[in-house]
Amino acid sequence: MSTRVQKWILSGPPLLYLLVFFAVPVGIMVLASFRYAGEFGGLAPLFGTGDPDELTGLTLESYQRFFDDRIYLELFAKSFVYAVVTTVACLACAYPLSLMIARSPKKSRDLLVLLVILPFWSNFLIRVYAWMIILGPQSLFTRAFNGLTGAFGLEPMPLLFSPIAVLIGLVYVHLPFMVLPLYANLEKHDPALLDAAQDLGANAWQRFWRITFPLSLPGVYAGAALVFIPALGIFAIPDLLGGTDSMLIGNLVKQQFLDARDWPFGSVLSIVLTAAAILFAGLAAWFGRQKRT
Amino acid sequence: MNGRRKPWLLWAASALVYAFLYVPLVIVVVYSFNDSKLNAEWVGFTWHWYDVLFHDEQMLTAAWNSLLIALTSSAVATILGTMAGYAMYRYKLRLLPVLVLTPIAIPEILLGVSLLIFFVLLEVTLGMLSIVLSHIAFSVGFVAIVVRSRLSGMDESLTEAARDLGATQWQALRLITLPLIMPGIVAGALMAFTLSIDDFVITFFTAGVDSTTLPLQIYSMIKIAVTPEVNAVSTLLMLVTLVMIVIASRLSPGGLRGH
Repeated sequence: MSTRVQKWILSGPPLLYLLVFFAVPVGIMVLASFRYAGEFGGLAPLFGTGDPDELTGLTLESYQRFFDDRIYLELFAKSFVYAVVTTVACLACAYPLSLMIARSPKKSRDLLVLLVILPFWSNFLIRVYAWMIILGPQSLFTRAFNGLTGAFGLEPMPLLFSPIAVLIGLVYVHLPFMVLPLYANLEKHDPALLDAAQDLGANAWQRFWRITFPLSLPGVYAGAALVFIPALGIFAIPDLLGGTDSMLIGNLVKQQFLDARDWPFGSVLSIVLTAAAILFAGLAAWFGRQKRT
Repeated sequence: MNGRRKPWLLWAASALVYAFLYVPLVIVVVYSFNDSKLNAEWVGFTWHWYDVLFHDEQMLTAAWNSLLIALTSSAVATILGTMAGYAMYRYKLRLLPVLVLTPIAIPEILLGVSLLIFFVLLEVTLGMLSIVLSHIAFSVGFVAIVVRSRLSGMDESLTEAARDLGATQWQALRLITLPLIMPGIVAGALMAFTLSIDDFVITFFTAGVDSTTLPLQIYSMIKIAVTPEVNAVSTLLMLVTLVMIVIASRLSPGGLRGH
């Protein structure tokens, strides 16, 4: 058997499968974003009776609708803010943890990392549900929280179904994505650099901000991309932990496909969402590479 | 620490983060044994919620569906993923690596909605079949990555030695390469299984109205109200995942970190 034939026997089936069940569906969705919506939802049929323009034509209508109506851009901006706050909060939680693991004795590092990944392997909905319990109106935590704020004369406030709950959920679910690349970076730092800095009179604060942190930036950017992309498109967390005002772009996509059944507009939203996510990840990767050289 | 004092602040902060990661899950587990409808206060120990769970027809059907879907999709994804991983390791390919890696890199919701459009346009009834086909699509890449990383850690001279001793290429693959990368394949299969049984977003869009999986069932239950039955099913699910991880990490210590 020639190498050529072997190559095709091996790569052919997975290639074909991913073409049919990944590339083609995404292609159809891109096409759908330029089509008219069907009368009864979905897409306008390609054949049949009706306005000939709507049957065969392509249109920028849905894109126009997105860019014309401020509501959608504002919703996008809001999702962006949630994703950025999530990324920053994840960084704040992940940094001390990653640094601690990286500076632990070699033999305990694997275990400490495994302890970070372990909760992440339990079902995503279970992890969100846990916060529904903790932040629920009758929970110990909520009562303690409101008791504490009450002592300062503040009105008791519900924690569940609020933007705070959504943010806690987002941080909780995405935290390991930040810890892993950050730890992988910090582990490789040469301790001799810190010793040298100390010998030259740098204090702990200076050693961190002038050596450890700048060197860790590629890890920070990688982690930021890994948190930001999924956080931008999420719909289940606002659905379960958020109130009526916590709708994000992912919820709108879901609504367009399942309730409003306006597929062209839903497709536009998913495409813009993906483009924004990839743009951000690309920027993060680019920044990361700049720092490495 | 090289003469520096113990960074107790770092340790304290890390302990807090570990607590943040674990306390919520511990609460779910503890309340699954709580003799109260509210997940609010500890009343007393009971197996009641597990009893409710094992008599909940809908939940049992959902669990059975999830198991069937996970078994079928992980079996197919393992075969396709192993082929892809091996092909990517052995040959210079341009299109395959892109197709294998992009489904992992894009937001899940994009894959979910595009598969929804695709199945509806092709008039495939949304249900078990469309779920299985979608799960295979996102699992192949993960298997391929695990298998390829196992292959790149393999000693190439072993297959060369087999060839020198007269083995055909097929024999070398079957008798030398495959057994050597088997731990990687099994780890990939377990990963595909876990991904499938855990998946919510893509299943949500491709499931249609009649079929439900465990995550979908949990979602529709907690959307209405918090009930300790969900704690019970969560506890069992966590136990299953834990067992799977232990097996997977025994087989391929590097495989878990690749995810």
